[in-house]
Amino acid sequence: MSASLRAISDSAFAPAALLRQPSIHELEARIKSHEWVNGQYRLMVLAAPDCVLDCRPGQFFHLLCPQTDRFQPYFRRPMSIYGYDRERGELSFLYKVAGTGTGALAELEAGGTLNIVGPIGQGFEIRPEWQRPLLLARGVGLATLAPLAKECASLGRPLTAICSARFPELLMSTDLFRDCGAEVITVTDEEGNSGVESLTALIEGLIATRGIDAFFTCGSSRLMRMLQDIGTRHGIGGQVALEQHMACGIGMCQACVRPFRRADGAVNLRVCREGPVFDLQEAM
Amino acid sequence: MADLSTRIGALTLKNPIMPASGTFSEELAEVFDLDCIGAHVTKTITREKRSGNPVPRVCEVNGAMLNSIGIPSKGAEWFVKNTIPFYAAYEAPLVISISANTADDFARFAEEVSVPGVAAIEVNISCPNLEDHGKAFAMRPGSTEDVIRKIRSATYLPIWAKLSPNTGEVVDVALAAEAAGADALVTANTMLAMAIDSRSGEIKLGNVMGGLSGPALKPITLRMTYQCAKAVAIPVIGCGGISSVDDVIEYLMAGARAVQVGTATFISPNTMPRLVAELEATLAARGLASLDALIGSARLADETITLAEYA
Repeated sequence: MSASLRAISDSAFAPAALLRQPSIHELEARIKSHEWVNGQYRLMVLAAPDCVLDCRPGQFFHLLCPQTDRFQPYFRRPMSIYGYDRERGELSFLYKVAGTGTGALAELEAGGTLNIVGPIGQGFEIRPEWQRPLLLARGVGLATLAPLAKECASLGRPLTAICSARFPELLMSTDLFRDCGAEVITVTDEEGNSGVESLTALIEGLIATRGIDAFFTCGSSRLMRMLQDIGTRHGIGGQVALEQHMACGIGMCQACVRPFRRADGAVNLRVCREGPVFDLQEAM
Repeated sequence: MADLSTRIGALTLKNPIMPASGTFSEELAEVFDLDCIGAHVTKTITREKRSGNPVPRVCEVNGAMLNSIGIPSKGAEWFVKNTIPFYAAYEAPLVISISANTADDFARFAEEVSVPGVAAIEVNISCPNLEDHGKAFAMRPGSTEDVIRKIRSATYLPIWAKLSPNTGEVVDVALAAEAAGADALVTANTMLAMAIDSRSGEIKLGNVMGGLSGPALKPITLRMTYQCAKAVAIPVIGCGGISSVDDVIEYLMAGARAVQVGTATFISPNTMPRLVAELEATLAARGLASLDALIGSARLADETITLAEYA
């Protein structure tokens, strides 16, 4: 325990002197538009400076939801990025109005401002060997996977997307996925084709016919476990975007941990910092 | 320009704003230049690796937060190899927060982490999240004196004792820490609390109980700061619910020589640099050259005296 130990630092951080320029920004962004896309989801588009638009698909922002008459959220709320566009200077979020935070958020109007912190976290990585990815999204997970579909399109990867929801009218972003050249398959609880059994048969068929070689998923732990099983049987890897209660959002508080399988046993990792995107097979 | 510097025993801080343990880590360097604040205070570490408490580890209540993180720790060796070198690049003094299960373990650990690069040791004798229903050394004067005395004999570094708002004997605990050789007091840690979802009946924290922090805690820890600053000669560092410059000034007026900012950093990660700038502007606006005129300047309102006379 002495100065000599300093020379062999294996810190995950670059020397502090190199980090004097912030990479996570806190700023007030103007709301350009804020519309309902169906009975449960709203799309918010913010005018955002370049400094926060250097994003990766799968990253998130930490939003300071307002105090309103009905809702008084205290913590920020993590929100995955639905879209980022440097040319238009836009950052967008597609979210389900579900609780105190999103209820307060939904009361904001175009022309107002929203305090945002980000971009934060480890996004998706499309590895070179992953040539024919399958995106499987359920509910709000559709929003998280939208930027990934765009990235797959820009990399010229033939894309298959399975979109799952309770009802057909809650299926979102299917046009966005199609615009990315994806073959889109929709399944819903109402139609009775969204269960694990029918999806497993569907996906194993796609592996045979389309040569699927990677899985990306978000929005359902049931579907995540199904993909882990299929992936194990067929030797297919992938990634999953996960959620957890958060407080600080940038790695300080250790609140948002989840367990992950590692060679030497389970480890707790922070969803905000080591995630929110993780290796599919390591997630528990 | 006003001089914001303050002395905490042998240490001079360039301003009185520093983080509260557990709400600060290397990641914050990605938000602002960490050298703009008066000191760096690490999350509490233990000698052994610890995995921490079950989730949910946090929840929000009105204007406040509950946490039961449970001191996850990568252990002393990792800390010395990684965390201490990271902060060596900064001028701000590094204060490391430590915890242990017994007074002897505290002393042994304090000795081990008394290495170059560390400016002071904050002893977390008050964390209410450990096992044993939140009992802590800082609940009683006797256990406080015992643990501080043993740590005092084990390290040459300044010792900051972080007190608990859960004790009913705060002044006696403060005096015991001072008598045993503490160089400063931090008032205070979080207050033991809980929350239940009224619809489902589910307890909101995985560990059942956790520590309350945020604006709702401030009047309690401000009161403790006032009591301790009146009772001891060593510096007192205020901590609890600070999010505005007025909060900072209140603590200074209560007798604190510096303050720690915690939960507010979760709500706005730039809170500390903003408070430094606003404190400087406030001193300038009040025509004050330094913090001296503020520290311990709280007084009874004239009306109160009048009412007291009539009582």
